Amino acid sequence: MIQKKYAIQIDDLTVAYNYKPVLWDIDLLIPEGVLMAVVGPNGAGKSTLIKAILGIIKPIAGSVKIFGKPYKKQVNKVAYVPQKGSVDWDFPTTSLDVVMMGTYGSLGWIKRPGSKEKKQALEALEKVGMLEFKNRQISQLSGGQQQRIFLARALVQNASIYLMDEPFQGVDATTEKAIINILKELRKAGKTLVVVHHDLQTVPEYFDWVTFLNVKGIASGQVKEIFNDNNLTKTYGINYKVAINK
Amino acid sequence: MDLIDFFTNYTLRTITLGTAILGAICGMLGSFAVLRKQSLLGDAISHASLPGIALAFIITGVKDPNLILLGALISGLIGTFWIKGITKRTRLKSDTALGLILSLFFGLGILLLTFIQKMPNANQAGLDKYLFGQAATLVEQDVLIMASVTGVSLIVLLLFWKEFKLLLFDPDYTKTLGFNTRFLDILITFFIVLAIVLGLQTVGVILMSAMLLAPAAAARQWTNNLSTMIILASIFGALSGIFGTAISATQNNLSTGPVIVLIAASFVLISFAFSPSRGLIFREMRFRKNRKELHLKKTLTFMYRIAQNHDNISHPHAIRILNNFQGFTKKSLLKLENQELISLSGKQWALTKKGYEEAASINKKLGKSDD
Repeated sequence: MIQKKYAIQIDDLTVAYNYKPVLWDIDLLIPEGVLMAVVGPNGAGKSTLIKAILGIIKPIAGSVKIFGKPYKKQVNKVAYVPQKGSVDWDFPTTSLDVVMMGTYGSLGWIKRPGSKEKKQALEALEKVGMLEFKNRQISQLSGGQQQRIFLARALVQNASIYLMDEPFQGVDATTEKAIINILKELRKAGKTLVVVHHDLQTVPEYFDWVTFLNVKGIASGQVKEIFNDNNLTKTYGINYKVAINK
Repeated sequence: MDLIDFFTNYTLRTITLGTAILGAICGMLGSFAVLRKQSLLGDAISHASLPGIALAFIITGVKDPNLILLGALISGLIGTFWIKGITKRTRLKSDTALGLILSLFFGLGILLLTFIQKMPNANQAGLDKYLFGQAATLVEQDVLIMASVTGVSLIVLLLFWKEFKLLLFDPDYTKTLGFNTRFLDILITFFIVLAIVLGLQTVGVILMSAMLLAPAAAARQWTNNLSTMIILASIFGALSGIFGTAISATQNNLSTGPVIVLIAASFVLISFAFSPSRGLIFREMRFRKNRKELHLKKTLTFMYRIAQNHDNISHPHAIRILNNFQGFTKKSLLKLENQELISLSGKQWALTKKGYEEAASINKKLGKSDD
């Protein structure tokens, strides 16, 4: 067997919230250094897949390995960008403070962030173009700005793998461009990115790797090889037609 | 009793100190409950402690306040973990689980209390004081216990400050960073239960949750900073305790618990009305002022567009031509003249140089969005 280095290796993963499985028997190999889209219809289990990789949800069966080891041993190698709707933005804190939270993992228990961590957070804020909002109350940020703050928080983690749950949801074209540029830069730096994505039109433009998911894994591979009508139809149902600009 | 008595009376001083400390710890831990959207949890916990109070008496046969509080603590904790278990394992939402456990435990508690009343034991009287609380029964030892629990929870809070803040804001993310969220959750919940149990003797089962929520809700109105909010909530809580005790001591026959809760509630009312950033009154005032300003700006830019058609920006125009414009009133014209943005003469108006520049900059600013 050829030993190829996989950033994430998923075997026989099955997840259920109540009775119906949300993910069924997923096998997935994500090579290091890809910018991968996870696509599929609503309820396909895309967010659940991300949460299962991160250990937020306990699977019924199967295993997830990050660079060959369980997630618990690799927490510092993985950064997570949740859906921005998953938190209450009326929480009493500032943009800078939220971004600083990205440093908490490497700090470990009890130790407080200091000037080094603050510097890292400020750099991340600058990267996402939010430096001027660093002292802004988070409830006063727009949707696009909130998304950038979450991205900055993940950047601070300085991880090898980035898992993002719909980072383009509800952001305007400018923010989307800004975010995708950062993602492409991360890939250039050798990072692995897994992005739950909804806009099929932009898949070929933004991503080099794609996974089709609908409770079961449909296909996974390079965008130029497998992003076709056949797989789209299998994932979204018979009537689904999408124009792919080639 | 007059004010001098209040400061020299030893018993009263003990009681005041006790209610102040109780208010402070409730404000501090209540902030967590409010920010975790678990406001009702406090209510459920305090009601859930009632069967423990009754059982402690039935089992031991003595009315030792410490044993009774221990019973309340155990029963409160059992109730809390049942609530968490129900929410986690069934499809019931947390408000349903809270309501269910609250009424179940409270019902059981009342049942046991009536059972005790029928027991042939002269010692029975007085357990129902835990329903509404009786601050007058506070003794030095109670205050010492309250102070040490407050001290310990303060140390824990400072120690795990970063982890608690993270958990409050984004529990899933906390987990992905490798923190044991279960441990943190149990720690917070344990101290909330402890604070509630400490307050039962003073404020009682039924009103206890107000002690937890009111200072925190009031504090949230004044600040956008978590540590300031917790400090403020503690101060509001402590002040409620002090004022509540003072009022009930100087007015005959007013029971302390309800007075403390009413004072805490008035902190909430005042905060909701008068806080500068979130308060209703200032928000309404800001809203009106903004509308008026926008109105003036709109009128000015409308004039600017007319003036742009002429080489001379201060070319006079008839007021009549503004009639098509909805925002225009005589009052707004006078206001603009007061600000030297336009000049009026007879039935004519003209932009001043200042007005022209102002309008140009408004146009430019509104063309650029924030995001």
